[in-house]
Amino acid sequence: MNMKVTIAGVELKNPVMTASGTFGSGAEYAQLTDLNKLGAVVTKGVANVPWPGNATPRIAETYGGMLNAIGLQNPGIDLFVKRDLPFLRQFDTKVIVNVCGHTTEEYLEVVERLAGEPADLLEINISCPNVKEGGIAFGQDPKAVEAITREVKRVAKQPIIMKLSPNVTDITVMAKAAEAGGADAISLINTLTGMKIDIHKRSFALANKTGGLSGPAIKPIAVRMVYQASHAVQIPVIGMGGIMTWEDACEFMLAGATAVSVGTANFVNPNAAVEIAEGLEQYAKELGISEIRELIGAVKE
Amino acid sequence: MKKTNVIVTGKSYLAPGIISLWIKEEEMAKEAKPGQFLSIYCRDKSRLLPRPISICDVDPENGVLRVVFRIAGAGTEELSKAAIGDLLSVLGPLGNGYDLREGCALLIGGGIGIPPMLFLAKELSKELTKEQMTVVLGYRDQNLFLAKEFEAFAEVVIATDDGSVGIHGTVIDAVVSNEIFAEQVYACGPTPMLRGVKTFAEKAKIPAQISLEEHMACGIGACLACVCQSNEVDTHTNVKNKRICKDGPVFDSEEVILA
Repeated sequence: MNMKVTIAGVELKNPVMTASGTFGSGAEYAQLTDLNKLGAVVTKGVANVPWPGNATPRIAETYGGMLNAIGLQNPGIDLFVKRDLPFLRQFDTKVIVNVCGHTTEEYLEVVERLAGEPADLLEINISCPNVKEGGIAFGQDPKAVEAITREVKRVAKQPIIMKLSPNVTDITVMAKAAEAGGADAISLINTLTGMKIDIHKRSFALANKTGGLSGPAIKPIAVRMVYQASHAVQIPVIGMGGIMTWEDACEFMLAGATAVSVGTANFVNPNAAVEIAEGLEQYAKELGISEIRELIGAVKE
Repeated sequence: MKKTNVIVTGKSYLAPGIISLWIKEEEMAKEAKPGQFLSIYCRDKSRLLPRPISICDVDPENGVLRVVFRIAGAGTEELSKAAIGDLLSVLGPLGNGYDLREGCALLIGGGIGIPPMLFLAKELSKELTKEQMTVVLGYRDQNLFLAKEFEAFAEVVIATDDGSVGIHGTVIDAVVSNEIFAEQVYACGPTPMLRGVKTFAEKAKIPAQISLEEHMACGIGACLACVCQSNEVDTHTNVKNKRICKDGPVFDSEEVILA
């Protein structure tokens, strides 16, 4: 049984990776799960300088999901390159560095800084709903998506994954814009903008008022968007949004995802991503499939 | 630190809405330090995130730990229904815990911040006599819990919001009016109380360790949900905040800003 999948020439040992922002740079989770069993670790977004993030409360639980408005707190590229990348390189897994910024220049600074570093792929976050500048502002206008993709591609030494927002009218427009800009792959969905109000306190549950909704509550939306996007572009799609089990991961692959990311499930079970990879392998064996790739886009029309 | 299923071995109701559970997990019972907490998961799949609950007591010889919590919402309501023999999914022990220091100790617990002080009092009592330790406990009203259990280790002073038991006022009112002598302060409770403790201790020039709380997701320092502001740039985050679940929940009062 061959579990390998390839994204922009980078071969992953299996199609399961962690979703950015839910897994830090792996150091904490390494005590509870085996990073060597993951297709890739996707790091928390890193910017050119340290970002302090938003005020607390930054998260709130919702029915079958959670809202977060961390605000892309990160230690900055210098410390990341010095501490986090070498840590991850100890493991037999691919490393995908998620990049964030307020402006095109800030994104480019990080991408250029990573050019000589041992990152296998870069994921460009143009879809964070929780920061005022940058993030989603780049991800809701197809012209901006195409422009930032082109700029990033111009300086990047690694293949580029553009991470798309679901907070758009038509995901296929954004997917095509990323492809037109030269993206090597796209990943989706980032979180859906949501809100929770505490009726007893008559206040917002999050200091930021709005936050990104994740978890199993959003999975059907994510599957639909992965299906639409993967039919709109030729580049590989990395699917995510509420994946809790191997069955969920399988659904995303059938919808058209080449690989999947596990996010909120890490908070429920620190070993979730590994168990999902193992579950997928077991399932494929039982079906008598020789290549996991056979599942990609294999839903019957 | 690990995630595992544990069996509930004991249960009691201490006051309205206050539940005490004993759970069996030998490694956790050996490893646990006062001030650390456990993340306890709900069975209801619609509630994804674990509930962080402080460790109230341990009995390493019998491999059991005790948690005492207040029913504060649907999640803790569900946990309150756990019966002896039931299995609970638990991650822990988490966080740093208190640094047990030399010197006459003043332990201050407010509301559901009281339970971890019991484990702390028990550990401190290995070095300190009853005369060297005072415990000040703040409650809303006459529905006290755990107060009697502290009497084996320390002088106990009670303050209540409504004046029904002990001093009518805050824990700080009780500390001041009793002129309690202390060389080390250890506190856990709601943020307004901790603000009072911080101000009191810093003014009196007594080192104070305070245990903070915040909404948590991962519980292990990865997601950056539960941060507090710090005076200095933190070596891990590289900004002026610290992760409560990992770097705390216990901090020296002077290193954090209570907004």
